[in-house]
Amino acid sequence: MLRIVVCVKAVPEPKSAEELKIDPVTKSLTRMDMPLVINPLDRNALEAALLIKEQSAAHITVISMGPPPAGDIVKECLALGADDGILLSDPSFAGADAYATAYTLAKAIEKITAIDVVLCGRASSDGATEWVGPELAIFLDMPVVTMVRELVESEGASWVVKADLENGYRLVQVELPAVFTVTQDANTPRTLSFSGIIKSRKKEITTWGLDDLDLPAESVGLKGSPTIVSKLTYVESKRECQIIEGTLEEKVDILINKLVEAGVI
Amino acid sequence: MSDHNQPVWVIAEQVRGVIPAVCLEIIGQARKLADDLGVLVEVFLLGNGISDQVDLLFFAGADVVHLGDAPDFDRYQSEIFTESIVSRAKERDPQIMLIGSTFMGRELAPLIAAKLGTGLTAHCIDLVLDENGILEQQIPAYGGMMSIICPEKRPQIATVARGVFPMPALDQNRSGKVLPVEPPKGINLRVQTLEVVHTEPKGVPLESAPVVVAGGVGAGSIEGWQEIQALAETLNAALGSTRPAVDEGWTELETMIGQSGKMVSPELYIGVGLSGELQHMVGIVGAKVMIAINNDAKSPVFEQVDYGVVEDCRVFVPALVEALKKKKAYTGRAAHVV
Ligand SMILES: Cc1cc2nc3c(=O)[nH]c(=O)nc-3n(C[C@H](O)[C@H](O)[C@H](O)COP(=O)(O)OP(=O)(O)OC[C@H]3O[C@@H](n4cnc5c(N)ncnc54)[C@H](O)[C@@H]3O)c2cc1C
Ligand SMILES: Nc1ncnc2c1ncn2[C@@H]1O[C@H](COP(=O)(O)O)[C@@H](O)[C@H]1O
Repeated sequence: MLRIVVCVKAVPEPKSAEELKIDPVTKSLTRMDMPLVINPLDRNALEAALLIKEQSAAHITVISMGPPPAGDIVKECLALGADDGILLSDPSFAGADAYATAYTLAKAIEKITAIDVVLCGRASSDGATEWVGPELAIFLDMPVVTMVRELVESEGASWVVKADLENGYRLVQVELPAVFTVTQDANTPRTLSFSGIIKSRKKEITTWGLDDLDLPAESVGLKGSPTIVSKLTYVESKRECQIIEGTLEEKVDILINKLVEAGVI
Repeated sequence: MSDHNQPVWVIAEQVRGVIPAVCLEIIGQARKLADDLGVLVEVFLLGNGISDQVDLLFFAGADVVHLGDAPDFDRYQSEIFTESIVSRAKERDPQIMLIGSTFMGRELAPLIAAKLGTGLTAHCIDLVLDENGILEQQIPAYGGMMSIICPEKRPQIATVARGVFPMPALDQNRSGKVLPVEPPKGINLRVQTLEVVHTEPKGVPLESAPVVVAGGVGAGSIEGWQEIQALAETLNAALGSTRPAVDEGWTELETMIGQSGKMVSPELYIGVGLSGELQHMVGIVGAKVMIAINNDAKSPVFEQVDYGVVEDCRVFVPALVEALKKKKAYTGRAAHVV
């Protein structure tokens, strides 16, 4: 049976994420409690796992590092069809950059035995580094393929995948166990079903903290992060805007004149 | 930690024997940083039959080129490339390493960083030195600019997209030292690229387009998106997008403009139904004229453009396309008569 781990991040709900802004007056950031949602691109990673499981025997573990409310995101993944879920949550994990995140996830994944496949989304909506997957691969000593859009052959321990490139793609052969980051073109994620929610009610998620991973506090969270934020600066807008007034037709005409002036028509 | 003499590195790449523009642009920036630090610029390049490209790297600002020119380096293989770069980096101990945000760079950078046990910053939009010579890696965040530093670990690694830095003037009199790189021996390849397929890009390429029409969430639906697409076609413009428009599935990731997408520098930019979030706006570098169409008069996008139209784009854009088509037909006829 194929053992699949899907890495899922709980991210701030987009609308409230956008409201988090540097105050132009105080030039500081007003924090607020933001509702969390599953990182949209991680739905594609989970879907890829669920599709594999529809074809052959597989066990799907979802793993997420985040604050306690991220547990709800893990539970949502169980309702979507994952078999079990692990939440990595500990005050010492907070403030992790991509390096420390990947390191902590790797240490947790190492605790699960005989993993064949680790799936990540292409990027997280709030960090958007695209680094966690490849870094995870180094820490797990596994090969990695990023930007996978199709599983061409997934029989046995040697897979062939199609991965995006600028203006094209590459066909890559990989020996399992391996890490893949999945693009949003790979599939269309399913939505929650009522029966899924009912079935998942019986499933429990496991929570692991620093002690469970047997890691020194210096290797995780902010302390384990090579990079830090050194400053945050407010950006003044640069242009003086002229609002075009009038009826719809007048606005169209004026705008077309601006396009003529700009020399594009 | 003292960084004297530790060079600034650039990981270059070649696509079918040609060095992409982004590599030369970041060599230009590496040159500036290295001059301020009083150190060398060293460029790392792997490929097969590419020695004719080395002069270009010197012209752009390299002092040393680590060149692996061998059949094993013919196409990007992550394990071979990572191993070659990491082992040479351990010998040379660079303080800074810049990598283009290409598909290869985006995969390689984290592999190198994790192997070297150091940090990295994704898709920087500026790189400057602080008073201690530490690299401030700037990215947009929370409506402002965030500086990220890697205070202790070395190298300080950053990825940079094409168009963030200008193309350096190529100095044909410059040259430097070539240090050969041999393919690493005895690695058991667990991942291998079997085939690379190139497809012809469709439409006007965004990065060099004189006119860009970008759409956002305000399109409302695929039908609304198609209207924006029609505007782009009518103006012979390249079509761009914001991240949520890509997330909606209205358009391809390749059209995304911004920090984690493409950088554009058109004569004219028209943003339709988008709010002017900095992560998107930093992707528009030095546009001459900027126009926004948004139904919310208070949208922050209006603080960042030259002309604003407060209208529902689903009504305004079709009207604009219609009028443009008429105008085209009319000027076409007029020219004919003359
Ligand atoms: C690390 C990171 C990296 C990111 N990288 C990028 C990037 O590279 N590129 C990018 O684009 N984004 C990026 N983002 C996302 C970015 O922060 C914004 O979320 C995004 O740019 C907003 O897109 P939008 O303007 O289309 O949507 P919104 O902010 O939702 O704005 C929609 C706008 O449409 C207007 N509107 C609604 N209906 C209509 C209508 N009928 N007619 C006219 N106007 C209408 C609204 O008034 C609103 O102003 C990144 C975010 C993070 C955290
Ligand atoms: N805190 C986290 N917990 C679980 N998975 C994560 C976490 N952060 C990132 N990932 C995974 O790594 C991918 C890339 O994230 P990023 O490097 O932040 O763009 C995401 O799509 C997730 O699959």
